Amino acid sequence: MNPVLKLLLEGGSLTTAQMAQVAGLSVAQVEQHLEQLKKDKIFLGWHPVLDLSREAAAAAAVRAVIEVKVTPERGGGFNRLAERIARFDEVESCYLMSGGFDLLVFVRQPSLQKVAAFVSERLSTIEGVLSTSTHFMLRCYKEQGFLLDGGDAPSTRLNVAP
Amino acid sequence: MNSSNYIARHVAALPKSGIRDFFELVAKMKGQDVISLGVGEPDFVTPWHIREAAIYALEKGKTYYTSNLGLIELRRAISTYVEQHFGISYRPEDQVIVTVGVSEALDLACRAFINPGDKVMFHQPCYVSYSPSVVLAHGDAIAVPTYAKDNFALTAEALRAAWQPGAKLLMLNLPCNPTGGTCSREQLEKIAEFCREKDLLVLTDEIYSELTFDGTHTSIASLPGMAERCIFLHGFSKAFAMTGWRIGYACGPAPLIDAMMKVHQYSMLCASIIAQEAALEALLRGWDSVLKMREQYHRRRDLIVRRFNEIGLKCHSPRGSFYAFPEVTATGLNEKDFATGLLAQEKVAVVPGAAFGDGGRGHVRACFATSYEQLIVACDRIERFVAAPRSERLKG
Repeated sequence: MNPVLKLLLEGGSLTTAQMAQVAGLSVAQVEQHLEQLKKDKIFLGWHPVLDLSREAAAAAAVRAVIEVKVTPERGGGFNRLAERIARFDEVESCYLMSGGFDLLVFVRQPSLQKVAAFVSERLSTIEGVLSTSTHFMLRCYKEQGFLLDGGDAPSTRLNVAP
Repeated sequence: MNSSNYIARHVAALPKSGIRDFFELVAKMKGQDVISLGVGEPDFVTPWHIREAAIYALEKGKTYYTSNLGLIELRRAISTYVEQHFGISYRPEDQVIVTVGVSEALDLACRAFINPGDKVMFHQPCYVSYSPSVVLAHGDAIAVPTYAKDNFALTAEALRAAWQPGAKLLMLNLPCNPTGGTCSREQLEKIAEFCREKDLLVLTDEIYSELTFDGTHTSIASLPGMAERCIFLHGFSKAFAMTGWRIGYACGPAPLIDAMMKVHQYSMLCASIIAQEAALEALLRGWDSVLKMREQYHRRRDLIVRRFNEIGLKCHSPRGSFYAFPEVTATGLNEKDFATGLLAQEKVAVVPGAAFGDGGRGHVRACFATSYEQLIVACDRIERFVAAPRSERLKG
Protein backbone atom coordinates (compact mmCIF):
# COMPACT_ATOMS: atom_id res chain seq x y z
CA MET A 1 0.00 0.00 0.00
CA ASN A 2 1.05 3.57 -0.65
CA PRO A 3 2.96 4.53 2.56
CA VAL A 4 1.30 7.93 2.78
CA LEU A 5 -2.16 6.45 2.37
CA LYS A 6 -1.34 3.98 5.13
CA LEU A 7 -0.48 6.82 7.50
CA LEU A 8 -3.62 8.74 6.55
CA LEU A 9 -5.79 5.70 7.23
CA GLU A 10 -4.38 5.37 10.73
CA GLY A 11 -6.25 8.55 11.55
CA GLY A 12 -3.42 10.45 13.18
CA SER A 13 -2.93 14.11 12.39
CA LEU A 14 0.66 14.15 11.22
CA THR A 15 1.88 17.06 9.12
CA THR A 16 3.48 16.26 5.79
CA ALA A 17 6.89 16.92 7.39
CA GLN A 18 6.12 14.42 10.16
CA MET A 19 4.79 11.89 7.66
CA ALA A 20 8.02 12.25 5.73
CA GLN A 21 10.07 11.35 8.82
CA VAL A 22 7.88 8.43 9.78
CA ALA A 23 7.80 6.96 6.28
CA GLY A 24 11.46 7.70 5.66
CA LEU A 25 10.70 9.93 2.65
CA SER A 26 11.40 13.53 1.74
CA VAL A 27 8.62 16.09 2.16
CA ALA A 28 8.51 16.43 -1.64
CA GLN A 29 7.98 12.69 -2.00
CA VAL A 30 5.11 12.73 0.49
CA GLU A 31 3.49 15.56 -1.43
CA GLN A 32 4.00 13.65 -4.64
CA HIS A 33 2.28 10.61 -3.15
CA LEU A 34 -0.64 12.80 -2.04
CA GLU A 35 -0.92 14.32 -5.51
CA GLN A 36 -0.91 10.88 -7.09
CA LEU A 37 -3.61 9.63 -4.73
CA LYS A 38 -5.74 12.64 -5.66
CA LYS A 39 -5.10 12.12 -9.34
CA ASP A 40 -6.13 8.49 -9.01
CA LYS A 41 -9.32 9.64 -7.22
CA ILE A 42 -8.46 7.44 -4.24
CA PHE A 43 -7.87 10.36 -1.90
CA LEU A 44 -10.91 12.61 -2.32
CA GLY A 45 -10.31 15.27 0.30
CA TRP A 46 -9.61 16.20 3.89
CA HIS A 47 -12.34 16.08 6.47
CA PRO A 48 -11.77 16.90 10.12
CA VAL A 49 -13.22 14.60 12.77
CA LEU A 50 -14.91 16.89 15.30
CA ASP A 51 -16.64 16.49 18.60
CA LEU A 52 -19.89 18.18 17.55
CA SER A 53 -21.16 18.36 21.10
CA ARG A 54 -18.54 21.03 21.83
CA GLU A 55 -19.94 24.51 21.52
CA ALA A 56 -17.44 25.86 19.04
CA ALA A 57 -18.24 23.21 16.52
CA ALA A 58 -21.97 23.04 17.20
CA ALA A 59 -23.05 25.26 14.28
CA ALA A 60 -24.19 22.46 12.02
CA ALA A 61 -24.90 19.85 14.55
CA VAL A 62 -28.28 18.24 13.91
CA ARG A 63 -27.58 14.88 12.39
CA ALA A 64 -29.98 12.24 11.21
CA VAL A 65 -29.93 8.89 9.49
CA ILE A 66 -32.70 8.22 7.02
CA GLU A 67 -33.72 4.77 5.85
CA VAL A 68 -35.13 5.09 2.35
CA LYS A 69 -37.10 2.53 0.37
CA VAL A 70 -37.08 3.07 -3.36
CA THR A 71 -38.33 1.30 -6.48
CA PRO A 72 -35.41 -0.12 -8.42
CA GLU A 73 -35.44 0.61 -12.11
CA ARG A 74 -34.97 -1.75 -15.02
CA GLY A 75 -31.49 -1.21 -16.41
CA GLY A 76 -30.07 0.97 -13.65
CA GLY A 77 -31.23 -0.77 -10.48
CA PHE A 78 -30.79 1.60 -7.55
CA ASN A 79 -28.01 3.68 -9.01
CA ARG A 80 -29.87 6.52 -10.67
CA LEU A 81 -31.99 7.26 -7.60
CA ALA A 82 -29.08 6.80 -5.20
CA GLU A 83 -26.88 9.18 -7.17
CA ARG A 84 -29.69 11.70 -7.38
CA ILE A 85 -30.20 11.64 -3.63
CA ALA A 86 -26.46 11.70 -2.90
CA ARG A 87 -26.04 14.94 -4.85
CA PHE A 88 -28.01 17.00 -2.32
CA ASP A 89 -25.69 19.17 -0.21
CA GLU A 90 -27.60 18.11 2.90
CA VAL A 91 -26.43 14.52 2.38
CA GLU A 92 -23.07 13.63 3.98
CA SER A 93 -23.05 9.97 3.04
CA CYS A 94 -25.31 7.64 1.14
CA TYR A 95 -25.12 3.84 1.01
CA LEU A 96 -27.05 1.04 -0.68
CA MET A 97 -27.90 -1.47 2.04
CA SER A 98 -28.98 -5.06 2.33
CA GLY A 99 -31.97 -5.80 4.56
CA GLY A 100 -35.29 -4.10 5.22
CA PHE A 101 -34.67 -0.85 3.31
CA ASP A 102 -32.59 0.19 0.34
CA LEU A 103 -30.62 3.37 0.98
CA LEU A 104 -29.14 4.69 4.18
CA VAL A 105 -28.70 8.45 4.02
CA PHE A 106 -26.73 10.51 6.56
CA VAL A 107 -27.65 14.18 6.74
CA ARG A 108 -26.33 17.07 8.82
CA GLN A 109 -28.13 20.38 9.11
CA PRO A 110 -28.10 23.45 11.36
CA SER A 111 -31.59 22.70 12.73
CA LEU A 112 -34.18 20.02 13.12
CA GLN A 113 -36.56 21.99 10.90
CA LYS A 114 -34.06 21.97 8.08
CA VAL A 115 -33.70 18.21 8.24
CA ALA A 116 -37.48 17.87 8.33
CA ALA A 117 -37.82 20.16 5.35
CA PHE A 118 -35.25 18.19 3.41
CA VAL A 119 -37.04 14.91 4.09
CA SER A 120 -40.58 16.07 3.48
CA GLU A 121 -40.01 18.48 0.60
CA ARG A 122 -37.07 17.05 -1.28
CA LEU A 123 -36.37 13.43 -0.47
CA SER A 124 -39.83 11.92 -0.12
CA THR A 125 -41.17 13.73 -3.16
CA ILE A 126 -38.68 12.14 -5.54
CA GLU A 127 -40.41 9.80 -7.89
CA GLY A 128 -39.43 6.25 -7.02
CA VAL A 129 -38.98 6.95 -3.30
CA LEU A 130 -41.54 4.73 -1.58
CA SER A 131 -40.96 5.63 2.07
CA THR A 132 -38.52 7.28 4.46
CA SER A 133 -37.83 6.66 8.11
CA THR A 134 -35.79 9.38 9.84
CA HIS A 135 -33.75 8.79 13.01
CA PHE A 136 -32.20 11.77 14.76
CA MET A 137 -28.89 11.20 16.46
CA LEU A 138 -29.00 12.17 20.12
CA ARG A 139 -25.44 11.81 21.26
CA CYS A 140 -22.18 10.66 19.77
CA TYR A 141 -19.88 8.33 21.70
CA LYS A 142 -17.40 7.44 19.00
CA GLU A 143 -16.73 9.27 15.75
CA GLN A 144 -14.77 7.55 12.99
CA GLY A 145 -12.54 5.72 15.40
CA PHE A 146 -12.19 8.54 17.94
CA LEU A 147 -13.78 8.18 21.37
CA LEU A 148 -15.48 11.36 22.64
CA ASP A 149 -14.90 12.11 26.34
CA GLY A 150 -14.98 8.54 27.55
CA GLY A 151 -11.51 7.59 26.33
CA ASP A 152 -8.66 6.48 28.51
CA ALA A 153 -7.37 8.71 31.29
CA PRO A 154 -4.09 10.49 30.54
CA SER A 155 -1.14 8.14 30.76
CA THR A 156 0.47 7.80 34.15
CA ARG A 157 3.35 5.79 32.78
CA LEU A 158 6.55 6.20 34.80
CA ASN A 159 9.12 8.40 33.12
CA VAL A 160 11.95 5.97 33.72
CA ALA A 161 11.50 2.24 34.12
CA PRO A 162 13.74 -0.79 33.73
CA MET B 1 18.63 -0.24 67.52
CA ASN B 2 20.85 -0.28 64.50
CA SER B 3 18.62 -1.12 61.55
CA SER B 4 21.50 -2.13 59.33
CA ASN B 5 22.29 -5.03 61.67
CA TYR B 6 19.05 -6.62 60.58
CA ILE B 7 19.54 -6.44 56.82
CA ALA B 8 20.86 -9.66 55.34
CA ARG B 9 24.44 -9.28 54.16
CA HIS B 10 23.75 -10.36 50.59
CA VAL B 11 20.90 -7.85 50.33
CA ALA B 12 22.94 -5.06 51.89
CA ALA B 13 25.71 -5.79 49.42
CA LEU B 14 23.42 -5.54 46.39
CA PRO B 15 23.91 -2.28 44.52
CA LYS B 16 20.78 -0.22 43.90
CA SER B 17 19.53 -0.27 40.34
CA GLY B 18 21.34 2.43 38.33
CA ILE B 19 17.98 3.27 36.86
CA ARG B 20 16.75 4.41 40.23
CA ASP B 21 19.12 7.42 40.44
CA PHE B 22 18.09 8.55 37.04
CA PHE B 23 14.44 8.07 37.87
CA GLU B 24 14.86 10.45 40.81
CA LEU B 25 16.55 13.00 38.58
CA VAL B 26 13.71 12.90 36.05
CA ALA B 27 11.08 12.94 38.80
CA LYS B 28 12.52 16.27 40.01
CA MET B 29 11.68 17.82 36.66
CA LYS B 30 7.99 17.14 37.02
CA GLY B 31 5.82 19.76 35.38
CA GLN B 32 8.48 20.62 32.81
CA ASP B 33 7.99 19.55 29.25
CA VAL B 34 10.11 16.40 29.48
CA ILE B 35 9.88 13.83 26.70
CA SER B 36 10.77 10.51 28.18
CA LEU B 37 12.48 7.85 26.12
CA GLY B 38 13.41 6.28 29.44
CA VAL B 39 10.48 3.95 29.84
CA GLY B 40 10.49 0.19 29.56
CA GLU B 41 6.93 -0.43 28.50
CA PRO B 42 4.55 0.10 25.56
CA ASP B 43 2.79 3.44 25.18
CA PHE B 44 -0.32 1.56 24.08
CA VAL B 45 -2.92 0.86 26.69
CA THR B 46 -4.05 -2.80 26.84
CA PRO B 47 -6.44 -3.49 23.92
CA TRP B 48 -10.03 -2.92 24.96
CA HIS B 49 -11.29 -6.46 24.37
CA ILE B 50 -8.74 -7.71 26.92
CA ARG B 51 -9.72 -5.09 29.49
CA GLU B 52 -13.36 -5.88 28.83
CA ALA B 53 -12.75 -9.58 29.48
CA ALA B 54 -11.27 -8.67 32.88
CA ILE B 55 -14.31 -6.53 33.70
CA TYR B 56 -16.55 -9.42 32.71
CA ALA B 57 -14.57 -11.80 34.93
CA LEU B 58 -15.15 -9.46 37.88
CA GLU B 59 -18.86 -9.18 37.07
CA LYS B 60 -19.07 -12.97 37.09
CA GLY B 61 -17.51 -13.04 40.53
CA LYS B 62 -14.15 -14.51 39.53
CA THR B 63 -12.30 -13.38 42.61
CA TYR B 64 -10.85 -16.62 43.95
CA TYR B 65 -7.46 -18.32 44.11
CA THR B 66 -6.70 -20.46 41.11
CA SER B 67 -4.69 -23.67 40.95
CA ASN B 68 -1.04 -22.97 41.88
CA LEU B 69 -0.07 -23.63 38.29
CA GLY B 70 -2.74 -21.26 36.99
CA LEU B 71 -6.12 -21.71 35.29
CA ILE B 72 -6.04 -24.84 33.18
CA GLU B 73 -7.83 -23.02 30.31
CA LEU B 74 -5.03 -20.44 30.30
CA ARG B 75 -2.33 -23.13 30.44
CA ARG B 76 -3.98 -24.88 27.49
CA ALA B 77 -4.05 -21.60 25.57
CA ILE B 78 -0.39 -20.96 26.46
CA SER B 79 0.56 -24.44 25.29
CA THR B 80 -1.20 -23.90 21.94
CA TYR B 81 0.29 -20.42 21.53
CA VAL B 82 3.85 -21.56 22.25
CA GLU B 83 3.47 -24.47 19.87
CA GLN B 84 2.09 -22.26 17.08
CA HIS B 85 4.49 -19.36 17.48
CA PHE B 86 7.67 -21.06 18.68
CA GLY B 87 7.25 -24.66 17.58
CA ILE B 88 7.74 -26.14 21.07
CA SER B 89 5.22 -28.54 22.67
CA TYR B 90 4.49 -28.36 26.38
CA ARG B 91 1.82 -30.31 28.26
CA PRO B 92 -0.58 -27.83 29.90
CA GLU B 93 -1.09 -30.20 32.85
CA ASP B 94 2.45 -30.29 34.21
CA GLN B 95 4.86 -28.38 31.96
CA VAL B 96 3.38 -24.87 32.23
CA ILE B 97 3.17 -22.55 35.24
CA VAL B 98 1.50 -19.14 35.25
CA THR B 99 3.44 -16.52 37.20
CA VAL B 100 3.29 -12.89 38.29
CA GLY B 101 5.15 -11.56 35.28
CA VAL B 102 8.33 -13.04 33.84
CA SER B 103 10.12 -11.43 36.78
CA GLU B 104 8.54 -13.90 39.18
CA ALA B 105 9.22 -16.80 36.83
CA LEU B 106 12.88 -15.80 36.72
CA ASP B 107 13.05 -15.54 40.49
CA LEU B 108 11.35 -18.95 40.88
CA ALA B 109 13.86 -20.50 38.52
CA CYS B 110 16.79 -18.97 40.39
CA ARG B 111 15.51 -20.09 43.76
CA ALA B 112 14.53 -23.54 42.51
CA PHE B 113 17.76 -24.35 40.65
CA ILE B 114 20.63 -22.49 42.32
CA ASN B 115 22.59 -23.95 45.23
CA PRO B 116 24.75 -21.47 47.17
CA GLY B 117 27.84 -20.82 45.11
CA ASP B 118 26.45 -22.18 41.82
CA LYS B 119 27.56 -20.14 38.84
CA VAL B 120 25.04 -18.55 36.49
CA MET B 121 26.02 -17.00 33.18
CA PHE B 122 24.12 -14.09 31.69
CA HIS B 123 24.84 -11.78 28.78
CA GLN B 124 25.46 -8.11 29.37
CA PRO B 125 24.25 -5.35 28.86
CA CYS B 126 20.98 -6.79 30.07
CA TYR B 127 17.83 -6.21 32.01
CA VAL B 128 18.65 -4.84 35.45
CA SER B 129 17.37 -7.74 37.52
CA TYR B 130 19.30 -10.71 36.10
CA SER B 131 22.41 -10.46 38.20
CA PRO B 132 20.53 -9.48 41.42
CA SER B 133 18.11 -12.41 40.97
CA VAL B 134 21.08 -14.77 40.94
CA VAL B 135 22.71 -13.09 43.92
CA LEU B 136 19.45 -13.18 45.91
CA ALA B 137 19.40 -16.93 45.32
CA HIS B 138 23.00 -17.10 46.65
CA GLY B 139 24.47 -17.88 43.26
CA ASP B 140 27.46 -16.28 41.54
CA ALA B 141 26.56 -14.29 38.44
CA ILE B 142 29.04 -14.41 35.54
CA ALA B 143 28.58 -11.67 32.95
CA VAL B 144 29.24 -12.55 29.32
CA PRO B 145 29.86 -9.44 27.24
CA THR B 146 28.05 -8.69 23.99
CA TYR B 147 29.42 -6.08 21.62
CA ALA B 148 28.15 -3.31 19.38
CA LYS B 149 30.22 -4.76 16.51
CA ASP B 150 28.01 -7.91 16.66
CA ASN B 151 24.83 -5.81 16.99
CA PHE B 152 24.86 -7.07 20.58
CA ALA B 153 24.19 -10.67 19.59
CA LEU B 154 25.55 -13.21 22.08
CA THR B 155 28.27 -15.37 20.54
CA ALA B 156 29.35 -18.87 21.51
CA GLU B 157 32.94 -17.59 21.50
CA ALA B 158 32.20 -15.01 24.18
CA LEU B 159 30.36 -17.65 26.18
CA ARG B 160 33.29 -20.01 25.99
CA ALA B 161 35.71 -17.26 27.01
CA ALA B 162 33.64 -16.35 30.07
CA TRP B 163 32.79 -19.89 31.15
CA GLN B 164 34.09 -21.10 34.50
CA PRO B 165 34.01 -24.55 36.07
CA GLY B 166 30.86 -24.90 38.18
CA ALA B 167 28.67 -22.96 35.74
CA LYS B 168 25.19 -24.47 35.87
CA LEU B 169 22.77 -22.05 34.27
CA LEU B 170 22.69 -19.69 31.32
CA MET B 171 20.19 -16.84 31.20
CA LEU B 172 19.19 -15.52 27.80
CA ASN B 173 17.03 -12.55 26.85
CA LEU B 174 16.64 -12.29 23.08
CA PRO B 175 15.70 -9.81 21.74
CA CYS B 176 17.45 -8.04 24.54
CA ASN B 177 16.53 -5.12 26.79
CA PRO B 178 18.38 -2.66 26.49
CA THR B 179 20.27 -3.39 23.27
CA GLY B 180 17.59 -4.87 21.02
CA GLY B 181 20.24 -7.41 20.07
CA THR B 182 19.25 -10.94 19.21
CA CYS B 183 20.77 -14.09 17.73
CA SER B 184 20.28 -15.74 14.38
CA ARG B 185 19.34 -19.41 14.25
CA GLU B 186 22.95 -20.27 13.37
CA GLN B 187 24.29 -18.34 16.35
CA LEU B 188 21.75 -20.02 18.61
CA GLU B 189 22.76 -23.45 17.32
CA LYS B 190 26.34 -22.78 18.38
CA ILE B 191 25.18 -21.55 21.78
CA ALA B 192 23.00 -24.67 22.13
CA GLU B 193 25.94 -26.86 21.28
CA PHE B 194 28.00 -25.12 23.94
CA CYS B 195 25.22 -25.61 26.51
CA ARG B 196 25.06 -29.34 25.73
CA GLU B 197 28.82 -29.61 25.96
CA LYS B 198 28.94 -27.87 29.35
CA ASP B 199 25.63 -29.37 30.52
CA LEU B 200 24.06 -25.95 31.16
CA LEU B 201 20.39 -25.44 31.90
CA VAL B 202 19.07 -22.46 29.92
CA LEU B 203 16.58 -19.89 31.21
CA THR B 204 15.37 -18.16 28.07
CA ASP B 205 13.37 -14.95 28.59
CA GLU B 206 11.40 -14.45 25.37
CA ILE B 207 9.44 -11.37 26.47
CA TYR B 208 10.31 -9.32 23.35
CA SER B 209 10.09 -12.17 20.86
CA GLU B 210 6.87 -10.99 19.17
CA LEU B 211 8.51 -7.61 18.65
CA THR B 212 11.03 -8.94 16.15
CA PHE B 213 11.11 -6.76 13.07
CA ASP B 214 13.67 -8.35 10.78
CA GLY B 215 13.52 -12.03 10.00
CA THR B 216 11.76 -14.51 12.25
CA HIS B 217 12.47 -15.07 15.89
CA THR B 218 13.89 -18.44 16.90
CA SER B 219 13.80 -19.66 20.46
CA ILE B 220 16.74 -21.72 21.63
CA ALA B 221 14.20 -24.08 23.26
CA SER B 222 12.91 -25.00 19.78
CA LEU B 223 16.28 -26.31 18.59
CA PRO B 224 16.66 -30.11 18.43
CA GLY B 225 17.29 -31.61 21.85
CA MET B 226 17.10 -28.27 23.68
CA ALA B 227 13.55 -28.32 25.11
CA GLU B 228 14.74 -30.76 27.80
CA ARG B 229 17.40 -28.32 29.04
CA CYS B 230 15.45 -25.06 28.67
CA ILE B 231 13.03 -23.16 30.82
CA PHE B 232 11.00 -21.07 28.41
CA LEU B 233 9.95 -17.81 30.09
CA HIS B 234 7.40 -15.54 28.53
CA GLY B 235 4.62 -13.12 29.38
CA PHE B 236 2.08 -10.64 28.17
CA SER B 237 3.62 -7.32 29.19
CA LYS B 238 5.29 -6.21 25.99
CA ALA B 239 3.53 -7.78 23.00
CA PHE B 240 0.02 -7.38 24.43
CA ALA B 241 0.77 -4.09 26.24
CA MET B 242 -0.10 -5.58 29.63
CA THR B 243 2.80 -4.50 31.89
CA GLY B 244 0.66 -3.50 34.87
CA TRP B 245 -1.27 -6.79 34.89
CA ARG B 246 1.86 -8.63 36.02
CA ILE B 247 1.26 -11.87 34.20
CA GLY B 248 3.74 -14.30 32.69
CA TYR B 249 4.55 -17.98 32.49
CA ALA B 250 7.26 -20.59 32.42
CA CYS B 251 7.32 -23.82 30.43
CA GLY B 252 9.78 -26.67 30.74
CA PRO B 253 10.39 -30.26 31.72
CA ALA B 254 7.82 -31.40 34.32
CA PRO B 255 10.28 -32.04 37.21
CA LEU B 256 11.78 -28.55 36.79
CA ILE B 257 8.40 -26.84 36.57
CA ASP B 258 7.38 -28.82 39.63
CA ALA B 259 10.37 -27.48 41.54
CA MET B 260 9.49 -23.92 40.52
CA MET B 261 5.91 -24.60 41.54
CA LYS B 262 7.07 -25.48 45.05
CA VAL B 263 8.62 -22.04 45.51
CA HIS B 264 5.62 -20.39 43.84
CA GLN B 265 3.04 -22.13 46.03
CA TYR B 266 4.78 -21.10 49.23
CA SER B 267 5.41 -17.52 48.15
CA MET B 268 2.92 -16.26 45.57
CA LEU B 269 0.34 -19.06 45.73
CA CYS B 270 -1.06 -18.08 42.32
CA ALA B 271 -1.20 -15.18 39.89
CA SER B 272 -4.21 -12.87 40.09
CA ILE B 273 -7.25 -14.57 38.58
CA ILE B 274 -8.34 -11.35 36.88
CA ALA B 275 -5.00 -11.02 35.14
CA GLN B 276 -5.22 -14.70 34.17
CA GLU B 277 -8.65 -14.20 32.63
CA ALA B 278 -7.36 -11.17 30.73
CA ALA B 279 -4.33 -13.15 29.54
CA LEU B 280 -6.61 -15.91 28.25
CA GLU B 281 -8.54 -13.36 26.20
CA ALA B 282 -5.25 -11.95 24.90
CA LEU B 283 -4.13 -15.35 23.65
CA LEU B 284 -7.48 -16.27 22.13
CA ARG B 285 -8.23 -13.01 20.32
CA GLY B 286 -5.35 -10.59 20.73
CA TRP B 287 -3.03 -11.44 17.87
CA ASP B 288 -4.35 -8.76 15.50
CA SER B 289 -3.58 -6.11 18.12
CA VAL B 290 -0.06 -7.48 18.52
CA LEU B 291 0.54 -7.18 14.79
CA LYS B 292 -0.81 -3.63 14.68
CA MET B 293 1.40 -2.53 17.56
CA ARG B 294 4.42 -4.29 16.09
CA GLU B 295 3.97 -2.42 12.84
CA GLN B 296 3.97 0.87 14.73
CA TYR B 297 7.11 -0.06 16.67
CA HIS B 298 8.77 -1.13 13.46
CA ARG B 299 8.26 2.25 11.80
CA ARG B 300 9.28 4.09 14.95
CA ARG B 301 12.46 2.02 15.10
CA ASP B 302 13.33 2.92 11.52
CA LEU B 303 12.67 6.58 12.28
CA ILE B 304 14.75 6.81 15.47
CA VAL B 305 17.67 4.72 14.20
CA ARG B 306 17.85 6.78 11.02
CA ARG B 307 17.76 10.03 12.97
CA PHE B 308 20.39 8.90 15.48
CA ASN B 309 22.78 7.94 12.71
CA GLU B 310 22.13 11.22 10.85
CA ILE B 311 22.80 13.13 14.05
CA GLY B 312 26.11 11.32 14.42
CA LEU B 313 25.16 8.93 17.22
CA LYS B 314 26.17 5.57 15.85
CA CYS B 315 23.24 3.23 16.32
CA HIS B 316 22.73 -0.33 15.09
CA SER B 317 19.22 -1.21 14.00
CA PRO B 318 17.80 -3.40 16.78
CA ARG B 319 16.23 -6.49 15.24
CA GLY B 320 13.69 -6.62 18.03
CA SER B 321 12.33 -4.97 21.22
CA PHE B 322 11.44 -1.29 21.44
CA TYR B 323 14.86 0.02 22.44
CA ALA B 324 17.52 1.80 20.45
CA PHE B 325 20.98 1.72 22.01
CA PRO B 326 23.10 4.39 20.35
CA GLU B 327 26.74 5.04 21.12
CA VAL B 328 27.26 8.56 22.44
CA THR B 329 31.03 8.74 22.89
CA ALA B 330 31.51 10.58 19.59
CA THR B 331 30.02 13.61 21.35
CA GLY B 332 32.99 13.64 23.73
CA LEU B 333 30.70 12.82 26.65
CA ASN B 334 30.30 9.59 28.57
CA GLU B 335 26.83 8.05 28.80
CA LYS B 336 26.08 9.56 32.18
CA ASP B 337 27.07 13.13 31.27
CA PHE B 338 25.23 12.74 27.98
CA ALA B 339 22.00 11.61 29.66
CA THR B 340 22.24 14.19 32.46
CA GLY B 341 23.11 17.02 30.06
CA LEU B 342 20.39 16.04 27.60
CA LEU B 343 17.83 16.01 30.37
CA ALA B 344 18.91 19.38 31.76
CA GLN B 345 19.46 21.18 28.46
CA GLU B 346 16.82 19.71 26.20
CA LYS B 347 14.45 17.88 28.56
CA VAL B 348 14.72 14.50 26.90
CA ALA B 349 15.16 11.50 29.20
CA VAL B 350 17.21 8.53 28.05
CA VAL B 351 18.80 5.94 30.34
CA PRO B 352 22.61 5.78 30.67
CA GLY B 353 23.74 2.40 29.33
CA ALA B 354 25.87 1.59 32.38
CA ALA B 355 22.63 0.99 34.31
CA PHE B 356 22.46 -2.27 32.35
CA GLY B 357 25.97 -3.38 33.20
CA ASP B 358 29.50 -2.38 32.30
CA GLY B 359 28.98 -3.42 28.69
CA GLY B 360 26.51 -0.58 28.34
CA ARG B 361 29.12 2.11 28.90
CA GLY B 362 29.33 4.64 26.12
CA HIS B 363 25.70 3.99 25.17
CA VAL B 364 22.28 5.22 26.19
CA ARG B 365 18.98 3.39 25.94
CA ALA B 366 16.22 5.22 24.11
CA CYS B 367 12.82 3.57 24.17
CA PHE B 368 10.84 4.27 21.00
CA ALA B 369 7.49 3.16 22.44
CA THR B 370 6.12 6.67 22.15
CA SER B 371 4.14 8.61 19.53
CA TYR B 372 5.63 9.73 16.21
CA GLU B 373 5.13 13.36 17.14
CA GLN B 374 7.02 12.95 20.43
CA LEU B 375 9.77 10.91 18.80
CA ILE B 376 10.34 13.54 16.14
CA VAL B 377 10.52 16.35 18.69
CA ALA B 378 12.83 14.26 20.88
CA CYS B 379 15.15 13.61 17.92
CA ASP B 380 15.16 17.32 17.03
CA ARG B 381 16.14 18.16 20.60
CA ILE B 382 18.87 15.51 20.68
CA GLU B 383 20.20 16.88 17.41
CA ARG B 384 20.34 20.38 18.89
CA PHE B 385 22.04 19.03 22.02
CA VAL B 386 24.72 17.19 20.04
CA ALA B 387 25.40 20.28 17.94
CA ALA B 388 25.82 22.57 20.97
CA PRO B 389 29.30 23.41 22.28
CA ARG B 390 30.65 20.86 24.76
CA SER B 391 30.68 23.37 27.65
CA GLU B 392 26.94 23.96 27.15
CA ARG B 393 26.22 20.26 27.07
CA LEU B 394 27.96 19.57 30.34
CA LYS B 395 25.72 21.95 32.26
CA GLY B 396 23.77 19.36 34.19
